[in-house]
Amino acid sequence: MKRLLSGNEAIARAAWEAGAVVGAGYPGTPSTEILEEFAPCPDVYAEWAPNEKVALDVAIGAAYAGRRAFATMKHVGLNVALDSFWSVSMTGIEAGLVVVSADDPSLHSSQNEQDNRQLAKFARVPCLDPADSQDCHDLMVAAFEISERFDTPVMLRPTTRVCHTSTPVEVGEVRNRAAEPAAYPRNTAKYDMAPANARARRPLLDKRIEALTEFAETFPHNRWERRGAELGIVASGVAYTYAREVFPDASVLKLGLVYPLPPRLIADFAASVDRLVVMEELDPFVEEQLRLMGVEVFREPGHAAYPMTKSVFSAVGEMDPMSVRRDAYAAGLLAEPPHVSRIDLPISVPGRPPTLCPGCPHRSSFYVLHKLGLPVNGDIGCYTLGMSKPLDALHTAGCMGASIAVAHGAAQAGDTERHVAVIGDSTFFHSGVAALLDVLYNRSNVITIIMDNRTTGMTGHQQNPGTGMTLQRKETNEVDIERVVLALGFPAERVKTIASYDVKAIERQLKAWVKEDGPAVLITQEECALLPHARTTWMPLQVNDSCNGCTICFRIGCPAILQSDELDERTQRPLALIDQARCTGCEICAQVCPRDAILFRDQVREHAHEAHAHV
Amino acid sequence: MSDTLDIALVGVGGQGTILASDVLAELGMRLGHDVKKAEVHGMSQRGGSVVSHVRWGPQVHSPIIPAGGADVVVAVEKMEAARYAALLAPRGTVILNDHAIEPLTVITGGAAYPSDPQIEQCYTTDQRMLWLDATATAERLGNAAAANVVLLGALCAVLDLDVELCEQVLRGRVADKHLAVNLAALREGVRAAQG
Repeated sequence: MKRLLSGNEAIARAAWEAGAVVGAGYPGTPSTEILEEFAPCPDVYAEWAPNEKVALDVAIGAAYAGRRAFATMKHVGLNVALDSFWSVSMTGIEAGLVVVSADDPSLHSSQNEQDNRQLAKFARVPCLDPADSQDCHDLMVAAFEISERFDTPVMLRPTTRVCHTSTPVEVGEVRNRAAEPAAYPRNTAKYDMAPANARARRPLLDKRIEALTEFAETFPHNRWERRGAELGIVASGVAYTYAREVFPDASVLKLGLVYPLPPRLIADFAASVDRLVVMEELDPFVEEQLRLMGVEVFREPGHAAYPMTKSVFSAVGEMDPMSVRRDAYAAGLLAEPPHVSRIDLPISVPGRPPTLCPGCPHRSSFYVLHKLGLPVNGDIGCYTLGMSKPLDALHTAGCMGASIAVAHGAAQAGDTERHVAVIGDSTFFHSGVAALLDVLYNRSNVITIIMDNRTTGMTGHQQNPGTGMTLQRKETNEVDIERVVLALGFPAERVKTIASYDVKAIERQLKAWVKEDGPAVLITQEECALLPHARTTWMPLQVNDSCNGCTICFRIGCPAILQSDELDERTQRPLALIDQARCTGCEICAQVCPRDAILFRDQVREHAHEAHAHV
Repeated sequence: MSDTLDIALVGVGGQGTILASDVLAELGMRLGHDVKKAEVHGMSQRGGSVVSHVRWGPQVHSPIIPAGGADVVVAVEKMEAARYAALLAPRGTVILNDHAIEPLTVITGGAAYPSDPQIEQCYTTDQRMLWLDATATAERLGNAAAANVVLLGALCAVLDLDVELCEQVLRGRVADKHLAVNLAALREGVRAAQG
């Protein structure tokens, strides 16, 4: 029977069916749910590694040991793991190894839009590009077989739209029983990439791609769908679904394997149609290869062809049926422009960007940093949202782990302002530790704030080395961040842990350190307000009649503090109103109110008690 | 007109558009359709604007509903109905929860939250607008968070779907302690849309 599965669920299911015994990864949208779905499967080992490189090395270790394994990550995670990716491409494996790299066209939840099919080609690794959940399932199973048959790691490259779209999937019901692994290999010529060995293996990479090219000619997931001869579409990934939606009569060559490509199949397909176009999101990855093969790809006359432009469709962002129609009409592939009932709205709808949630323990630090006016180098996580108005207290955020060294670089370059780096707990474990070591080793005066909210927040509350729990719900060592920082060699008086909601203590400490020279580390600690335990402690606060609409509480940027319809008699400014359905009672607003107009939890309780007594 | 039934569910991250679209997708599958359900996770869930696409039909290709192609837009927050108005097909129906969640751009940024008539102006006269007090109804039933299911009930009524089957799907997806409220919310939604 078919099941409705997201692409991520289908990948996890297929990994289990294929007999994978190890799955390792680091959380990252849109890939996160793959390991979360795999972890509860019977007879598997799954882990959140501290970062993607470690995760891939873990999977490589399992594959060297003769057990099928896979690693999961978002596209930018493969940048972190690229050294390992290249290494394993050089060595090959004993048992199947799949690297799932989930790309994010349109940057729904990412800092760049890189097309990782390029990284597969770069490292001479075959790349499979699924269009829907059935593809995710079938191609994941095929990936393990290709890996073993050609002694190569294989990349499965779904995109956000594929990961998070659910479609019916015919799954297998039995698990592939892998052969009993041989003894651990002692084969240095293959597995020890000292230069002499690596030099000997280098030509094998090209031979492997040659063999895979031949394999691609008859690979069943490179599928020729014969329809009309007027238009032929070579389609990769989810773009296949838009090809079918917008051009129902076109012949389609649907590529499951996008690297390497099958030249004879493509030439035959091209010869069978009048016009050939390529439909793929992001880079002209398939299109460029086709042109190098000498295949004539349709291009409107006068089309700018350099540097990264594609012939018909945009190289930027996700496709959708409307953009496909628009671009196809502009190129002369469709006679009619797309019809829309109403494109221009009569009003401009206020934006609704993501914000720090009510009760977010990061809010207090950003409120203080805004007041101090220092340059703040940020990192990747919920706290990246500290850049938004009115907090407006984060000035750079590039990639995982960048905050601390970027601040250090500015300080060492002689920037006269004092730099503050902010980084979350999981990101600190991911790639912050080495940068913090650099601050101390090379002596800059960066102030680092490690915002420990006891979880990996933005991706949806994954465990990490600081939570005391593994992905498979086993209790484990809970890293003490303060002790790690002290062990690096920071002097005790320059390391402080403060409860995240304590605005005054944070402000006092930062102000003191700014006056002194030398590095310092503040750890703010409070669990994310959305964690199950934290939710049980929620208690909405209230505003009393001392409020005069001074608006200072609005400066903390809490979505649970609203402007009431009531105006202060004297100032004619709206009074503050606390949304009782959303306030968690973190008391940050109560601490910043200069008129004690926002009641603390104890006062709210007292108030309720008194009201009750009066009844 | 395409031979798919296209439903867009829009709202604010955390309002339960994902649960509602899960139920709807499974319902479509149980009714024997090919189904695609697309949603966005991650960054946009932190109080941002969210949209889920659910499509049923003999064969569904694109996971994204083309602009001007949605048969129904269900808005769990009313300003989001304005933002995604271009999704609705001519003669389509928009079901609006009469409930506002002010974004920070309104609270502190000086932007104005649109009035109800302004939201209505985003739709054309040949499109049907169905206003519901889904949050208030859900609150009365014991849990304001079940507003999404009130709207799901209204959607069942608008599309003349099998409510009992929808109940069955809901039973499989909602924790026991929340089930009674959710089933009541579904029935209230059906009643409100019919009344």
